[in-house]
Amino acid sequence: MIAEAGLAALWLAASLALLQLALAAIGLAGGKSELLGAVRPVAVAQGVLTAIAFALLITLFLRSDMSVLLVATNSHSMKPWLYKFAGTWGNHEGSMLLWVTVMGVAGAAVALFERALRRETHMATLGGQAAISLGFYAFLLFASNPFARIDPPPADGQGLNPLLQDPGLAFHPPTLYLGYVGLSVAFSFAVGALLTRQVDAAFARAMRPWVLGAWILLTLGITAGSYWAYYELGWGGWWFWDPVENASLMPWLAATALLHSVTVLATRDALRAWTVMLAVIAFSMSMVGTFLVRSGILTSVHAFAVDPQRGTFILALLGIYIGGALALFGWRVGAVREGAPFELVSRETMLVVNNLLLSVILGLVLIGTLYPLMTEAFGHKVSVGAPYFDRIAGPIALTLMIVMILGPLTRWRRDRMREVTRRIAVPLAVGTIVLVSLAILAWGTIGILPFLGLVIALAVAVGSVAPLWKRNLRRTPLFTWGMVIAHLGCAVSLAGMACDSAFTVEKLVAARPGDVVETAGWTLRFKQILPVAGDNWTALQADMEASRGGGEPVLMHPQSRFFASPPTTTTEAALLTRWNGQLYVVLGQEADAGRWQLRIWWKPFVTLIWFGGFLIALGGAMALIGRERRGWLLKWRARKAEEAFA
Amino acid sequence: MRKLLIWLPLLLFLGFFGLFASGLLHPDDRIITSKLVGKSLPAFALPPAASDRPPLANTQLATGKPRLLNIFASWCVPCAAEAPQLMALKQAGVEIDAIAIRDARPDVDAFLKRYGNPYARIGLDARSEVQIALGSSGVPESFVIDGQGRIAYQHVGDIRADDVPMILDRLRSAQ
Repeated sequence: MIAEAGLAALWLAASLALLQLALAAIGLAGGKSELLGAVRPVAVAQGVLTAIAFALLITLFLRSDMSVLLVATNSHSMKPWLYKFAGTWGNHEGSMLLWVTVMGVAGAAVALFERALRRETHMATLGGQAAISLGFYAFLLFASNPFARIDPPPADGQGLNPLLQDPGLAFHPPTLYLGYVGLSVAFSFAVGALLTRQVDAAFARAMRPWVLGAWILLTLGITAGSYWAYYELGWGGWWFWDPVENASLMPWLAATALLHSVTVLATRDALRAWTVMLAVIAFSMSMVGTFLVRSGILTSVHAFAVDPQRGTFILALLGIYIGGALALFGWRVGAVREGAPFELVSRETMLVVNNLLLSVILGLVLIGTLYPLMTEAFGHKVSVGAPYFDRIAGPIALTLMIVMILGPLTRWRRDRMREVTRRIAVPLAVGTIVLVSLAILAWGTIGILPFLGLVIALAVAVGSVAPLWKRNLRRTPLFTWGMVIAHLGCAVSLAGMACDSAFTVEKLVAARPGDVVETAGWTLRFKQILPVAGDNWTALQADMEASRGGGEPVLMHPQSRFFASPPTTTTEAALLTRWNGQLYVVLGQEADAGRWQLRIWWKPFVTLIWFGGFLIALGGAMALIGRERRGWLLKWRARKAEEAFA
Repeated sequence: MRKLLIWLPLLLFLGFFGLFASGLLHPDDRIITSKLVGKSLPAFALPPAASDRPPLANTQLATGKPRLLNIFASWCVPCAAEAPQLMALKQAGVEIDAIAIRDARPDVDAFLKRYGNPYARIGLDARSEVQIALGSSGVPESFVIDGQGRIAYQHVGDIRADDVPMILDRLRSAQ
């Protein structure tokens, strides 16, 4: 009964989305404002119904109802409850339902809480949101029904891909999805504003919290995903430039550009057409990413490929929404007046440069990701790996970091070159000192990119706190703090990446129990190898003692895990975190009788990468709270003032 | 100029759209075929993998008569599924040799006892070295070897029941 109720809720939600679109379209086109009055309650009801459908699917997974095809193929009765729960979205159908649910709930939130938009644009936005949702409802109901039954039901189920059985990954996809779908709201805003020809500062202020929210979640999702790949795949790297990773990086790049241009539009009423364009591109990247991951047209380590038939469905949606929005852009953007002008030396210019550089990186990542597809169309098979992306994106990203120092230290509208130079003197001096001392100490021992990375990271760290200089810290607005923290986070991440690629020590040995391995100042005593059993896996586990200098030995337990259902082997790396880096040990295969392959890395300051990512997201959250709180305060004061006069 | 810029994103998107569509219409064949098809086998000499079968070297595969070289492992589930087809081929008079990948002799014995033994010789490739030299990327795989010890055909994955006539054809034309 639960599955049927879920399916019914989904159908109802889909018909409400159709109603929502019709009400908004007829109401706006025919000027019938009594119809427009019904749009908001319908949007809220649609959101509630999708939430119910999703909650019912979770229930089916938690109860291990094997008569439901999706549960039988993606869960197992013996699985720990957390992974039964996470199994709900650890598969194609469930994650599409999650997508629709987040869109529905976000639509309801736009209907309930959005106050800054003009009514017409608001209704057009809700109509746009319903139009996007409809495509995904159709996809779910006609091509990938999550509630389909299976007869006869199997006894146990097939389980979840063991690579996905990790608490980090249980919550990584929903975080990313919230981000993707948050961008769909920005997209709907852009479409709404184009339809009603109201692209202005008020529109930007209404859109900004959604962009910011989506961006925070994308940042968190990417950071968590990177850490997961680092410790779970057992290869010791933190970024693979895999199509699936790029699928989340590309929307993030676009959202970062959008975040900055929407601020220009909100504060200075400039960059109107560009901001709308970026809102369209950001969501396009979410959809292109989803398409690439799910159509199976690109090969990836993440093995989430689904059949080409579903790929065709997503491609059709992609064509309708993105093509439609870009056509609408071409048709209507002529009517959008250029915004306020600005001088060459100004914060606007810096933000334009930032946007251009981000767009270039985005373009290069997109080309690199799709290049195998392009050459295949001409009959050649190639793969594009990390060297391309590192070499191409690295220098531009470093240039972007330099602009990041300049931007916050430049005034809006117009500034003097001499003043700007005076303000960046300290970061510049720090950069130069570090450059010279590093050059003396380490020239020739580390690569040019890590070298520049370290220098620029320190300059950015100083430059990002420089806006606080000589300010009353307690009266500095929260969103300024947010910007400072987020930029500081970029410096911290960059420092981590540079240290990791410059100073990592790797050692591969075949060792017998009893052997002692020495590397990078660490002493590893390989004590024994034992079988261990977990909830739904068995493993070979190595017991080791790691010590450095005269310090206390610490136990480490790298494992090679075997999952029975489906039969898969995974490596569980053992990580030992110290303030100045991580020791990373992977247990490999048995080399020959009694000797085991061990891969050992000492990675100085590698944790800074993820700590920086966390700081970036924290900065975003502070900016969001700061802006919103300020908005509420202003409104509250205005209302009080009105009451006082009345 | 401005007009062109406004429509440029749509044009670019249409390009990508076409690319995606062609990618979907012509799905990539993921099967990795050996570069050695048509060439002689690499030289190897492997120790025996089973207690009651002789070992295998490449020189023993150029006998003037086409044969089948099967790559399998006792730990490989599709290999068990493939076993009946190999027995059928043997019954049809095909000479089959095998290389067991990353295996142990007791395990191979148990596997053959359980699923039948269609092989004349079995070599043990404990570290996949010969497998890599052959350009094989997984188990099971089968190679049709012609009378001169050249690889005539590579079959990636298990031999299904409906593949058997095709394999027999390949063996005949490798004469």
